[in-house]
Amino acid sequence: MPSPFTPKIVTASDLLDGDVIYQTEDDRWSRNLTDAEVITDEAHSQIRLLDAERQNIALVGAYLADVNIGANGPEPVHFREDFRRTGPSNYSHGKQEGASNV
Amino acid sequence: MYKYNEFDTAFLNERNAQFRAQVERRIDGSLTEDEFKPLRLMNGLYLQLHAYMLRVAIPYGTLNSAQMRALAEISEKWDKGYGHFTTRQNIQYNWPKLRDVPDMLDALAKVGLHAIQTSGNTIRNVTADHFAGAAADEIADPRPVAELVRQWSTDHPDFQFLGRKFKIAVTGSSSDRAVIKAHDIGLRIAERDGKAGFEVIVGGGLGRTPMIGKTIRDFLPKPDLLPYLEAVLNVYNLLGRRDNKYKARIKITVHENGIDKIRSLVEEQFLLIRPTFSGVDQDMLRDIETAFAAPTWQQKPLTAYEDAYRVDPVFRSWADTNLSAHNADGYAIVTISLKAHGATPGDATADQMRLMADLAERYGHNELRISHEQNVILPHVHKSDLPLIHAELQRADLGTANIGLISDIIACPGMDYCALATARSIPVAQEIATRFDELKLEHDIGALKIKISGCINACGHHHIAHIGILGLDRAGVENYQITLGGDATMTAAIGQRAGPGFSADDIVPAIERLVYAYLDLRTDPSEEFLQTYGRLGLAPFKSALYPEVQAPKVRAPEVSANAA
Repeated sequence: MPSPFTPKIVTASDLLDGDVIYQTEDDRWSRNLTDAEVITDEAHSQIRLLDAERQNIALVGAYLADVNIGANGPEPVHFREDFRRTGPSNYSHGKQEGASNV
Repeated sequence: MYKYNEFDTAFLNERNAQFRAQVERRIDGSLTEDEFKPLRLMNGLYLQLHAYMLRVAIPYGTLNSAQMRALAEISEKWDKGYGHFTTRQNIQYNWPKLRDVPDMLDALAKVGLHAIQTSGNTIRNVTADHFAGAAADEIADPRPVAELVRQWSTDHPDFQFLGRKFKIAVTGSSSDRAVIKAHDIGLRIAERDGKAGFEVIVGGGLGRTPMIGKTIRDFLPKPDLLPYLEAVLNVYNLLGRRDNKYKARIKITVHENGIDKIRSLVEEQFLLIRPTFSGVDQDMLRDIETAFAAPTWQQKPLTAYEDAYRVDPVFRSWADTNLSAHNADGYAIVTISLKAHGATPGDATADQMRLMADLAERYGHNELRISHEQNVILPHVHKSDLPLIHAELQRADLGTANIGLISDIIACPGMDYCALATARSIPVAQEIATRFDELKLEHDIGALKIKISGCINACGHHHIAHIGILGLDRAGVENYQITLGGDATMTAAIGQRAGPGFSADDIVPAIERLVYAYLDLRTDPSEEFLQTYGRLGLAPFKSALYPEVQAPKVRAPEVSANAA
């Protein structure tokens, strides 16, 4: 039996400032993980990744990342994605500087 | 120090104009990311976890005050007001915007700095002993040679697409402060029968397959340097593997073919190349050497220094740890610690950079150095000026007296910034430094080098640390392996892995147990950690790290360093 599909989001880096961005359901790019479209179907995840990869001018390095569904929407599964969501942990000077972003 | 001539300036301006056009073409969509990436990397621009990162070369770690001030200004104008000094004597800006990078490069060019060949499979920034031109144990200043190598290797058409990156380091002393045995080529200035030359070491490197370099020529006459280096590069370029990037460094070429075969191929190449060098390189070297002439030393009374040393215990503590012997009477080398307890190793704010530039201008013959240990050096300071310098450093949180001690930790950026990292390294350094500062033990512990890497690429030099820490991702959780007994000096050695790794919560207590074990085991306070380790080996330290072994139980298997 195939293993259950882990929910995913499409994430990338913004072309102009390199900031972490997330694909939304209505085809925007948000800097806030809670806005991300949560994909629960593997075939759809591949289509959404292709959609992202076509947007050469706006972004760099789109990929699928695993998420858990929490009370406030998607939450990172891996600690790498948690740091991308929040910013460096040595002191607050990344995304966490704007509290509404995390 | 060397100043750019008209050719250097014209070359840089042209390169920067090219890159400006490339950035515009990327932004308007004319270039895809696949097309743009090699172009940006050739100009030192990476894309990291949270933002772009611009790596600026500081050739052989040498800066003047104007350059340091420019670095500060750039950090304020186009970044977040700080810079990060690296283990290759470079500075990295962690938050530049793509559109601003051409302006940053133009600002750098105005003070003779650039980001060329700080990335990519080329010959990278040439590094050198950070005490060059000042150290009491120096045979000759390595910087003129490093500058010659920089000029030869910059944009060298044969070496723009090597199998992998290639790093060269030079020392002019009997003590190795430039880690020459862990570089693709290490050069040690030597003398034989009254003539100057080099010991040439090849095939060193860290990363996933750490190797100590091997001597390929025990004495190379000085005029033969460039043709010999070219011969080594040619042999590597032809023989080195390109089928697997993890086996593409020259250390693997040397390991797989053996140093004798490499030596014989290099000598063969060298005989062919040598006649094509007309001697113009040596004429250039003589000009460069003139540019690096030592300053005129002053004769001044030492009373101010001696009085402060006698009456001010804070100054005395700093002087005991942060000063090194200079080759001129009455002078000292000052190492400014960028390792305030709990701070990010290697970071300096714009204000701190400006203060260091001012101090260099007022008291240090306008010279600064960046060490691979991520500190800043004022190489030429008269001792009578030290009390004033120390007071100013203290006011700027730059007066930490910890050089060579347990809190003087090398740490790569790790997963706080780096896209390649498998775990964080900076917070581990912050916690260790804070913990041992709280314990007030670090001066009692004495010389101890902790180095932390956040992945097996080993930018944090963990293999050659007395205590090395390697951060890995083990099943989605940060895990830290400890190596012991590494050595970065002329007696270079790769540390031994102590055993299973520790979680992020357990790594600092493990280091604490290790250090307490050393304090118990040493014969007396003069026996340094590495000496105790050399005398007793791994066993007693392993017992301290893994006390649960006393009561047998099932342990998780060790994680291979290659598993991440």
